[in-house]
Amino acid sequence: MLRFALRRLALLVPVLFGLSVLLFVWIRVLPGDPARSLLGERATPAGIKQIRELYGFDKPLLEQYWAYLGQLVRLDFGSSIRDGRPVTETFFEQFPATVELALFAILFAVVLGIPLGYAAARRRGEAVDGVVITGSLLGVVVPVFFLAILLKLVFAIQLDWFPTSSRQDPRIDATHITNFYVLDGLLTREFDASWDALVHLVLPAVALGTIPLAIIVRITRASVSEVLNEDYVRTADAKGLHPPVVRRRHVLRNAMLPVLTTIGLQVGLLLSGAVLTETVFSFNGIGSYLFDAISQRDYPVLQGYILFIALIYSLVNLAVDLGYGLFDPRVRVS
Amino acid sequence: MRLPSTPTGRARRAVALFAAAALATGAAGCAESERSSDSSSGSGGSGGSFVFAGSAEPVTLDPFYASDGESFRVARQIFEGLVGTKPGTADPAPLLAESWERSEDGLTTTFKLREGVKFSDGTNFNAEAVCFNFERWYNTPPGIAQSEDLSYYYGKTFRGFAKGKNTDGIYKSCEVKGELEAVITLTDPFAGFIAALSLPAFAMQSPTALDKYSVPAGKDPRKGEYANEFPTGTGPFVLGSWDKGSKVTLDRNDDYWGEKAKVDQAIVVAIADPGARRDALISGDVDGFDLVGPADISTLEDEGMTIADRDAFNVLYLGFNQAVKPLDDLKVREAIAHAVNKEEVVSASLPEGTEPATQFMPDLVNSYSEDVTTYEYDPELAKQMLADAGQSDLTLEFNYPTEISRPYMPSPEATFNVLRSQLRAVGITIKPTADQWEDYLGVTTGTAKHGIHLLGWTGDYNDADNFLGVFFGTKTQEWGFDNPELFDALKEARGLSTVDEQVTAYKKISEDVMEFLPGIPLASPVPSLAFAPGVQGYEPSPVQDEVWSGVTVEN
Repeated sequence: MLRFALRRLALLVPVLFGLSVLLFVWIRVLPGDPARSLLGERATPAGIKQIRELYGFDKPLLEQYWAYLGQLVRLDFGSSIRDGRPVTETFFEQFPATVELALFAILFAVVLGIPLGYAAARRRGEAVDGVVITGSLLGVVVPVFFLAILLKLVFAIQLDWFPTSSRQDPRIDATHITNFYVLDGLLTREFDASWDALVHLVLPAVALGTIPLAIIVRITRASVSEVLNEDYVRTADAKGLHPPVVRRRHVLRNAMLPVLTTIGLQVGLLLSGAVLTETVFSFNGIGSYLFDAISQRDYPVLQGYILFIALIYSLVNLAVDLGYGLFDPRVRVS
Repeated sequence: MRLPSTPTGRARRAVALFAAAALATGAAGCAESERSSDSSSGSGGSGGSFVFAGSAEPVTLDPFYASDGESFRVARQIFEGLVGTKPGTADPAPLLAESWERSEDGLTTTFKLREGVKFSDGTNFNAEAVCFNFERWYNTPPGIAQSEDLSYYYGKTFRGFAKGKNTDGIYKSCEVKGELEAVITLTDPFAGFIAALSLPAFAMQSPTALDKYSVPAGKDPRKGEYANEFPTGTGPFVLGSWDKGSKVTLDRNDDYWGEKAKVDQAIVVAIADPGARRDALISGDVDGFDLVGPADISTLEDEGMTIADRDAFNVLYLGFNQAVKPLDDLKVREAIAHAVNKEEVVSASLPEGTEPATQFMPDLVNSYSEDVTTYEYDPELAKQMLADAGQSDLTLEFNYPTEISRPYMPSPEATFNVLRSQLRAVGITIKPTADQWEDYLGVTTGTAKHGIHLLGWTGDYNDADNFLGVFFGTKTQEWGFDNPELFDALKEARGLSTVDEQVTAYKKISEDVMEFLPGIPLASPVPSLAFAPGVQGYEPSPVQDEVWSGVTVEN
């Protein structure tokens, strides 16, 4: 297990190196100029030259890349050219917001998705199945951006049940320790702050979690349907095992493998969806900062954030691979 | 900690209970609250809080190193300069300096300072503090601190530093003549000096705090403790906290020398999307916001919100790139000017209350001329003039930006559409070229490969140089012309020693420019702010010199 994990971790090095090259080139191929973006409509040629020299954008691409690689080796991801703040500092300051949002989105998807998928499989062909399948189809095809705006329009503006933006009511003087606002409220016993953060999470989490929910429903339904027809389930039933035990130990556990893989794969979807969701709800996570960085050609932020996201995505997938062993001893790795 | 207990807030939380509880199964520990009994109104205390949404986070709270509106918005609450503005105008007015006297040659200015003013760290504001600030600006270390995105306003106004690549500045010295008298000497006259000092970049900062939290030379000064945690001025608010990525909380300065702020706290949040700012106001998440989209005004009014307009201190124009033929022909430029119906451009694409422009500055600028050449809308004359110039089949590239809204150009696509139909009506074929903002700037200001284009500027202080000098002070790729006579006239006007002399000179230049016609000034769009019905006492300023000490919020 440990060797497998270490080997996978070692493989990450060339993957991230390759990505850093691709990113570096891709970002610089984009039209637009960070110096001009920084200085606005009245930028003078001298001012632009000065900024380019300051950040080394005037040097040959290869030289710039070597300098960047030298920084990376020292785990220095540079500083934003927009506000001068180190990329690592802003990333780890904002990342809890995105993780909190993604966690609640996946929680929403799993808590609703597995029971719904299971119910649909057990009642295949019945009305429940039809509703669930149609609903999940709708969930998959609705774009996150559209759904986020729709939810906001109906539940925040028309019905006024939820706030329209941000992570917490700005009037609350909350103490932040970890920057996971819900958790911070619990740790500091400022429960109203925790509650308020939770209320702010509902719409973004539902918007972000809808596609994963739809996918989880479909995969669970398919997987459970398949397992229900397996000989060992029939045998267990025939043996007279208590039905809940059959469902829990034989059906669900075996059906969970593809579902687990799907959940792991959703992480990438969640992170990319977070960019849009955070923008719609002005939810200050990495997504909205990255969005601004793209429009302002903030090279260090773009490079650093995407590398971090790639690293996290890879680590989550590794964790999912390792997690298989918990559900299926046959794939336990050595 | 306080939660707002508005009826909306309570209803929202009650209705949200079920949905949030469903999401919270994984964090069930939070079900118990020990503080629920004491959660009181968000506007608790004597004056409550005023929550304002800007479009972005401040870049830094050291205003000297800022040039963005959001940093200045916060800085204006914490800091004050020697010179302020008369409420509702762009005209300079005494602030920390009670009066000033300029020598005849325009080189020396003696400031008499207000008595009894203290910085929020308890130290005295006096002539020594004034000289400390002037010397600090002048001695900005070379490198990143002198770059145009950090010390932009000092570079533009004083034109050089003590050390570094550009040492040709106009600052010479600051002399302490007594506790409350400071004398500033310049090497060259600069009539706009007093008006320029009203910029937040030139606010007075506490020498003690600056020394205590100083940033080593060569390092980015925006990263230091001072700019993030301890900005110290004399204003009606002090920094409570800057919760990065979330909000800036300003607490009332109870030791403020003037009229103390009416609210206990002012909170500034960043909401990038104009639609999201509108929604946040309607749903009560914020009490006011800036940069209202023209299309949102009627929705906001229908919801009972208050719209406050700033007097326009900007100008939107249709620029001609004279490097492209036949735009170098004055007759063609004049013909295009006659083809443009500014009234229609305003009514179809700009906010209500906007007036068409006659020159490259708004009428609030002291050098605004009533005698500039104007070009009446006359499509028939335009056609005739094009025919006379041999350009009956004229094709022009028309560059415009997309997905951007600037105070002087709220909806460029709409403005482009109106202009395109007007130009087509006189037989001009338009080849549209749309780009995203950054690319657009690159094409129109960084290359000669563009035709007619939309651009503009929002002024910073009441000085024509801030408009005409910015646009036409030197040869640029945007305009594509070389007019040494105009460049020299602007340089000379800038160096005149009195405002009266300068006003006369700039009026003449403005009149000459409108004959030369490098572009068509279209309008000065009115920027709007929006507030919840309970907000009173917000005074809009054309140069955004908006201090919130008079603001009250009733829930």
